[in-house]
Amino acid sequence: MVGRERGGALTVTAALPRHRARRIPLVIVATALSVGLVVLTIAVALTLGPANVSLVNVRDVITNHLGLTDIPVRVAADAIVWQERLPRALVAAACGAGLGLCGVILQSLLRNPLADPFVLGVSSGASTGAVLFGVFGIGGGVLTLSGGAFLGALVAFGLVLAISRFTGGGTASFILAGIAATQFFSALTSLAVFAFADSDETRGVMFWLLGSLEGVRWDDVVLCAAVVLVGAVVAFASVRPLDAFAFGDDVAASLGIHVARTRMLLLVLTALIAATLVSVAGAIGFVGLVLPHAARLLVGSRHARVIPVTIGLGMVFMIAVDAVSRVAFAPTPLPVGVGTALIGVPVFVALLVRRRRRA
Amino acid sequence: MSLLAEHVSWRRGGTLVVDDVSLAPKPGSVVGLLGPNGSGKSSLLRLLQGIARPDEGRVLLDGSDIRHRGRREVARSVAAVTQHATTDVDLTVRDVVRLGRTPHASLWGADRARDDEVVDAALAQAGLTAKADARWHTLSGGEQQRAQIARALAQEPRELLLDEPTNHLDIRHQLELLSLVRSLPVTVVVALHDLNLAAMFCDEVLVMAAGRAVTAGPPADVLTDGLIEEVYGVRCRVTVQGGRPTIAFAPPE
Repeated sequence: MVGRERGGALTVTAALPRHRARRIPLVIVATALSVGLVVLTIAVALTLGPANVSLVNVRDVITNHLGLTDIPVRVAADAIVWQERLPRALVAAACGAGLGLCGVILQSLLRNPLADPFVLGVSSGASTGAVLFGVFGIGGGVLTLSGGAFLGALVAFGLVLAISRFTGGGTASFILAGIAATQFFSALTSLAVFAFADSDETRGVMFWLLGSLEGVRWDDVVLCAAVVLVGAVVAFASVRPLDAFAFGDDVAASLGIHVARTRMLLLVLTALIAATLVSVAGAIGFVGLVLPHAARLLVGSRHARVIPVTIGLGMVFMIAVDAVSRVAFAPTPLPVGVGTALIGVPVFVALLVRRRRRA
Repeated sequence: MSLLAEHVSWRRGGTLVVDDVSLAPKPGSVVGLLGPNGSGKSSLLRLLQGIARPDEGRVLLDGSDIRHRGRREVARSVAAVTQHATTDVDLTVRDVVRLGRTPHASLWGADRARDDEVVDAALAQAGLTAKADARWHTLSGGEQQRAQIARALAQEPRELLLDEPTNHLDIRHQLELLSLVRSLPVTVVVALHDLNLAAMFCDEVLVMAAGRAVTAGPPADVLTDGLIEEVYGVRCRVTVQGGRPTIAFAPPE
């Protein structure tokens, strides 16, 4: 999958020489290829798993549900594809796209190549919220595990904003505040798990913390897709400011960017995207940090190219990794966050080596 | 008309960093801001850019207060180059210069053909056409500074504000950079440390100390032994040749 995506993304490189007349059609071709690749990845991913489902079954189930056809399909196959694997693949796609998008935005805004969606404190805040509300049922079950995670994520982000404001408000103080909050909430989570949870609960929490797409439903698909779509629209509208931050706040300001306003808008946006995705799928690491770099290695640093390529890479990568995580140790599922790093790191190193050879 | 400061004062963290300074550069001229470290040169440049607001007085752009102008609108008239702006982002020189088109782009698009034209012209003016596809981090300090100036030119400004642009450059690059700046068809306000460079390239200089304007005028009138000793606390001898002063410094006793 990843190899194919590389080919798909490379057409984007080819789509962007300086000849204006040829640019637009190639962009459309590249977009169409990417969409085709995502669809193909989903289709193949849906066939993977214990129950025997063929590509033809997958096509039939989906067209049936879209009201295009009325082909008889086994009830079991229909349920597995439509109720289990398809929502899961779509949430995986949303997570890949959304976390990658957050990474692109944060690496630009904070001028730090190591920034990822979780530098906002979101993931560890979410884990604390999930443990307190979801496992221990604080608040009498008003909030589910997901609700608690979302609340925890926002509280942590608020704390990071407050700390960075009181310590000078620069990008360095923001990153330090993020690290402080991340460590603090991790410690809180560990304390709660260590002191109060039994071993089954601990295992459940650990599994969720590593990122898991077990049991996602169509509600989750709608929520994640909506949030990521909004994020993508805002990000596409912000490619110029994101480029302009490359040389720091002063240069951005002299280029006509409202630095403080733009940064706050985009930080809040990324926090909401990350909090939503974490509340649904847990803290899936690696994707937000590395996908933007992979995209830059492929198409250069301009955000007009990096953003769409990151979104495409993220979708294909996450769908593929999730499918592999489902079947690799079947019937025991592997947390998808483990899979992202295990599969992603070698691919990323290969990309780095390729760049070095080219240079 | 263009850009001018009227009795601006700016208090920053309790200190008065700019204290009742006025500046009205003649269109097309090169004005040097001189003065020791911390005398308020950079702060005055920030006020002129409109990225900081004066507590008293006002900065006028074409006759209206800059604080009532949109940031993008200001950036289409006033461009700035700081001392040593750099980046870890892997950009080509052309990418960097293209940033200068930012204030001319609308939310959903831009006039690509015109952008390319302006970027090419800016690269040519800064002598970087051959380096257009080079990576930023492979450039020398002098080339990086020229790239920033090309980026500023791509904004199509009428006013160019430079904050010690020759820092970190060797003498040849210093001279080349200021010759380039002087040849540009814009009004230039440039903060400089090197008095000889200021004497060589500026039409007028404004000397600042402790946030206040000490004196202003053509370099030959302003840069005297007495003034330099008063403002910088160093001994020197100034000789004037062809209307341009040259300053020879003496070591402290």
